[in-house]
Amino acid sequence: MSAGDVLLWVILPYVAITTFFVGHWWRYRNDQFAWTSRSTQLLDRRVLGWASPAFHYGALAAIGGHVIGLCIPESLTASVGISENFYRWFAGVAGGIAGAVTLVGFCGLLFRRTTSPRVRRTTSRVDILTYFLLTVLIVMGCWMTFGHTLFTSDPYNYRSSIADWWRSIFYLNPDVEAATGAPLVYQLHAIVAWSFWALFPFSRLVHAWSIPLQYVGRPYILYRRRYGSRRGLI
Amino acid sequence: MKIRAQVGMVMNLDKCIGCHTCSVTCKQVWTNRPGAEYMWFNDVETKPGLGYPKRWEDQEQWKGGWELDRKGRLRLKAGGRVKKLLSIFSNPDLPQIDDYYEPWTYDYEKLITAPLSDRDPVARARSQLTGEEITEIKWGPNWDDNLAGAPERIHQDPLTDGIQEQVKATYEQAFMFYLPRICEHCLNPSCVASCPSGAMYKREEDGIVLVDQEKCRGWRFCVSGCPYKKVYFNHRTGKAEKCTLCYPRIEAGLPTICSETCVGRIRYLGLVLYDVDRVEAAASVPDERDLLDAQRDVFLDPEDPEVRARAAADGIPDDWIEAARRSPVYALAHRYRVALPLHPEFRTLPMVWYVPPLSPIVNSLETDGYEADPDQVFPAIDSMRIPVDYLANLLSAGDPEVIRDVLRRLAAMRGHMRKREVLGVHDEEIASSAGMSVEDVESMYRLLAIAKYEDRYVIPQAHTELADRLMEQQGTCGLDFEGGPGNCGMVVPESEADVEGFMLSAEGPVELDIVKMANGQRRDEGTAA
Repeated sequence: MSAGDVLLWVILPYVAITTFFVGHWWRYRNDQFAWTSRSTQLLDRRVLGWASPAFHYGALAAIGGHVIGLCIPESLTASVGISENFYRWFAGVAGGIAGAVTLVGFCGLLFRRTTSPRVRRTTSRVDILTYFLLTVLIVMGCWMTFGHTLFTSDPYNYRSSIADWWRSIFYLNPDVEAATGAPLVYQLHAIVAWSFWALFPFSRLVHAWSIPLQYVGRPYILYRRRYGSRRGLI
Repeated sequence: MKIRAQVGMVMNLDKCIGCHTCSVTCKQVWTNRPGAEYMWFNDVETKPGLGYPKRWEDQEQWKGGWELDRKGRLRLKAGGRVKKLLSIFSNPDLPQIDDYYEPWTYDYEKLITAPLSDRDPVARARSQLTGEEITEIKWGPNWDDNLAGAPERIHQDPLTDGIQEQVKATYEQAFMFYLPRICEHCLNPSCVASCPSGAMYKREEDGIVLVDQEKCRGWRFCVSGCPYKKVYFNHRTGKAEKCTLCYPRIEAGLPTICSETCVGRIRYLGLVLYDVDRVEAAASVPDERDLLDAQRDVFLDPEDPEVRARAAADGIPDDWIEAARRSPVYALAHRYRVALPLHPEFRTLPMVWYVPPLSPIVNSLETDGYEADPDQVFPAIDSMRIPVDYLANLLSAGDPEVIRDVLRRLAAMRGHMRKREVLGVHDEEIASSAGMSVEDVESMYRLLAIAKYEDRYVIPQAHTELADRLMEQQGTCGLDFEGGPGNCGMVVPESEADVEGFMLSAEGPVELDIVKMANGQRRDEGTAA
């Protein structure tokens, strides 16, 4: 295990996780005013109508796939009788659809952001970095799904390697060998993903935590008193 | 019954000269900053005309406000909560900035930095969205002011839908008035109901509707949910903004800046006491034309001693109740019945009301040989079907009788005062022919025509010292005063009781106190009784 391996597969994840949590805590406490989706729909309705839902729904499905693939150990699915072959096809087809929808939507959004002068002018440097990392992640994700899972005679079983390493981080006992054995694209995807999580709290992506599900069970009209309560709730 | 006070406004359209002073002072105070260039919390539209944003009144296009479902229950016209959440990534009903206009500025620096030349330097227009030069400005604020471009555009005014073609063509010669608009601070605000984050709220003390800038997450549904299109999206901050009714001024007992600076003295500000428990039922009446009376029924008469006692029990300070008795808004809306809500059919129960304009009608009648004598004007009002229908589309959900009734009262006031002042004749006939007493006609005249500052603006100061007392009432239901039903003693967390309700007080279900009985008296946990 070289120093580089420790840096990439032990130090980077823990630094990213720390930044992720501390960053969110700091941002939520200090920067409520900028905590928003930063929608540009007002400026240009073009393309957004299909691209934004495609990207967001595709991404949500892809996130769900990651949760299943990374959090559930292969031994668990095997013990309930799901064969590796079946899992591969399920993950490949569902993940392929999610990835393709995300990619198409993302391309639409990228096209809109670069070609609409009004939208382009609202793009900050953090936005550009976010877009760059998302591009890398989505392209590599699709490549792995299509190239290494679906359309290949020799599918790569990431669940017995890189997923083990991923879980081992949270057991505070990082299994570096499980990661270094994976194909390069898997390794790159993981490394870029950690940078992405470290950037997350400082970008516009924080609006993901504000999905207003509570709206469904809420009364329509809200009243507030002018004077906040002594408990400081408002 | 649960009584609350609301600061309302009435605008007398008869006296609006369309000078836009209200818009300009409002802009200087509130929206003169990046991201807000296109926002006009107050704007003045020429009617007939497209409005701002274009065709905002057409809810078949914009899906703002409320409607009744098949069972007669109130629901948002844009669809239910789940549908909203599913379309959160791209709001299908959101206007684009071009529906307002693309804001721009000019290269003023060119005027002083241009090199010596035979020709005068020109300050070119530059978009404030892209920074690029705009060679041709195609739309802007008040682009159709004073019927500019009316022949091409007048047919696009949604209010002329259903009015015959030949009639429309004569509008520009016969008929024009100004409609100043601010946020309606509705009793049943659909913007608040549309906000998924719960960032929008109505203030309990004075009914002002505001956006919590810290809680807003920029989901944009308030913009499309408001049928008056008076919530705006700041494209720099990514948050919603709206007319605040100048609450810092109102709290200090001062009129809003648009009212203060109105040179025509058309605006009135005052309190209305209303029953918050009747709001939902009033907004749900099946026939749109009943909405006006339903809303008037929600208002409570401050001259009624029972109402005053109940209001005091509900925590409204005495000087506020006294101010409600002197309220010009209540007087014009309820006592004299000459003010009408803007588009009551949106079912939001708006609280900025309008006295419809009599002048254009009378002016055009006078050129036909009539005078503003009700004996002659009454039949003439009825024969002037076109403006009455147009005003009915604007102010009475299409019911021309309501408009005729108001115009008769206004004409009667003119006729009565003319006889008294010019001829020296005291004639009770005219007032009674419009269903009013002479006292009412003359005090309405004082309010509308003399319009003294202290009569137009009756605004009690906010009671900061009551902050704690209001706190004590948190989580109570306000029914257990002396002689009241007093059924609040059950040990039920109000959070459970309220969560199914249409309306919610204060912070939210989880944060309400649990009400407990102790020694036959109610106690709120956590507060010193």
